[in-house]
Amino acid sequence: MDEFDTSATNTWCPGCGNFAILRSFKDVLNNLNKEEVKKEDIAITTGIGCHGKIFDYLDVSGFYSIHGRAAATATGIKIGNPDLEVISFEGDGDAYNEGISHLVHAARRNIDITVLVHDNKIYALTTGQFTPTTPIGYKGKSTPKGNIEPPLNPIEFMIASKASFVARGFAGDRKHLKNLIHKSIKHKGFSIINILQPTVAFQNTWKYFRERVYKLQETKHDPKNKIQAIKKSKENEQKIPIGIFYKKQRKTYQQAINEQTTNKKQNIHKVIENLK
Amino acid sequence: MKRENREVMEGSHAVAHAVKNCSPDVIAAYPITPQTHIVEKLSQFVADGELKSEYLKVESEFSAMSACVGASATGTRTFTATSSQGLILMDEVLYNASGLRLPIVMVVANRAVGAPINIWNDHSDSMGVRDSGWIQLYAESNQEVLDMAIQSYKIAENDDVRLPAMVCMDGFILTHTYEPVSIPTKEEVSDFLPEFDPEHKLDPEDPKSFGTVGFPGDFMEFKYQQHEAMQNAKEVIPEVFKEYSEKMGREYNGLIEEYKTEDADVILISLGSVIGTLKDTVDDLRNEGEKVGLIKVRVFRPFPEKQLIDAIEGARAVGVLDKNISLGNKGALYSELLDSLYNSDITPLTINFIAGLGGRDIPESSAKKMYEKTKDVAERGYVEDEIKFVDLKEA
Repeated sequence: MDEFDTSATNTWCPGCGNFAILRSFKDVLNNLNKEEVKKEDIAITTGIGCHGKIFDYLDVSGFYSIHGRAAATATGIKIGNPDLEVISFEGDGDAYNEGISHLVHAARRNIDITVLVHDNKIYALTTGQFTPTTPIGYKGKSTPKGNIEPPLNPIEFMIASKASFVARGFAGDRKHLKNLIHKSIKHKGFSIINILQPTVAFQNTWKYFRERVYKLQETKHDPKNKIQAIKKSKENEQKIPIGIFYKKQRKTYQQAINEQTTNKKQNIHKVIENLK
Repeated sequence: MKRENREVMEGSHAVAHAVKNCSPDVIAAYPITPQTHIVEKLSQFVADGELKSEYLKVESEFSAMSACVGASATGTRTFTATSSQGLILMDEVLYNASGLRLPIVMVVANRAVGAPINIWNDHSDSMGVRDSGWIQLYAESNQEVLDMAIQSYKIAENDDVRLPAMVCMDGFILTHTYEPVSIPTKEEVSDFLPEFDPEHKLDPEDPKSFGTVGFPGDFMEFKYQQHEAMQNAKEVIPEVFKEYSEKMGREYNGLIEEYKTEDADVILISLGSVIGTLKDTVDDLRNEGEKVGLIKVRVFRPFPEKQLIDAIEGARAVGVLDKNISLGNKGALYSELLDSLYNSDITPLTINFIAGLGGRDIPESSAKKMYEKTKDVAERGYVEDEIKFVDLKEA
């Protein structure tokens, strides 16, 4: 037990990748605690889906938001109280289907929130329909003859949407994931981690991913190089890179607001000076 | 009565079978509990080649209804199903569908609307969109929802109506419950429901525009026509029910259904699956010598004003059970009943019971309490507590 545990009974399937995400996040919170980011400085939002249950398993403040809208709710929280560290948990169906526009605009404005997408490539809570990240050919209850829609590449998409921190994690490598989550929270600006989350009930991809993932940090990849990041994002089949694809410090939404307000004040002072 | 071929299946599948036999050309939907099984079953039918239809799984309910609007405008028969938050996300497009006079049929698996998050049954979702210009039917049983799905196409596509129709079935209570049902065959349905061939459609051979701007000089006339179509539906629906009854052998007798109301002093009114419990309650009370009756509202839009007043006449007190509340006012069915009573010649005492919100069970014992309370109102001659939340926990 640690101070972020709750008394809620966990109803995720045994063996689900969600457990690793929960554990990694709690570890990060405990570390942040040592860095004097207090429990009350943290706010989370969740969407609707299996991932959303994380809300019940974390003793931190926040909002169990509505389907697809977790990033928009997180944006509101951050604007309302810029001192909070705001983390938004979303699912692949949730974030990349119904809520995709919110992600684009949050990334574009560079609002300083962190989005963690539990990407299990399926609607698991409604028991197995295909989502925007489901591979072609997947046979589920809504696609008995196999999915015919080419999947979205979340990494490529988020880089194109001007996100200033784009990473991929894997629930099967907790140490790596923990490090990524910590860095994404520390990043000033919009950060997103697409977390590969095997779901034992519908697409048990533990083995598939374990055999394919490799760490970008162990290659010569330069996260500041956008072209290289996009090239890397297209590696999706034989080898699947995890780690930070792209990271660039740029003006956050809050900084832009502050500048505008300061400039306005300065201009008013100038006008008053001239009148004298 | 012809021999019925009955099968036991869950409500969602029953309605999917009925829709299949109506041969919709386009089905667009997004998964949401407790609706999902309906469209999953339909997608299975399409995959198995049992239904020749375009099945589109879209990225949100907003897109589902938008796709239906587009498909219906090209003159194809369309279907979708949703629930709760999904229905509310569709709201903007619901008005489009009715304003453009597109006879889309949608099944709503009734579920509460958050916050707090709740996936269980009440009528907050469909009652919340009651002004969107859709016909609304509420089913008591799986057999009824199955039949209503077929009837709805015939009602919606009628030239004097031409409005979209919403068939409401209680989430979980009906969608996930197994009951024996009789499914009309494809031939029987085809005999009842002619092919959809609208006069106006998007057709390159005969170009037309849909959805032009309605300036202040014209807009009201569009709304008047929708109002008129709803009034026409009051005549068309009973005719469709009658024809269906004759052809399928199951009785559908009007916008409302009366149950032991003839000599009743006290009448309970509600809609949806709770009617089953209320019928049992009325039977028990009748056995005890109580003069109680029940009215089931089968069609909520258009509202069966005249039928309700005729059915209530003679009763001293009426208790209305609503599985929803218009916060700041009353339950929807109750307040609309009061509207209807105001200019009528009868003045029964009335009381509103708010029950079953967010899936709270309504057992017969609670139904009996509602009866006792309504009877008490009749005996006292006045109402003390007009809006009564049933089985509310003590603070």
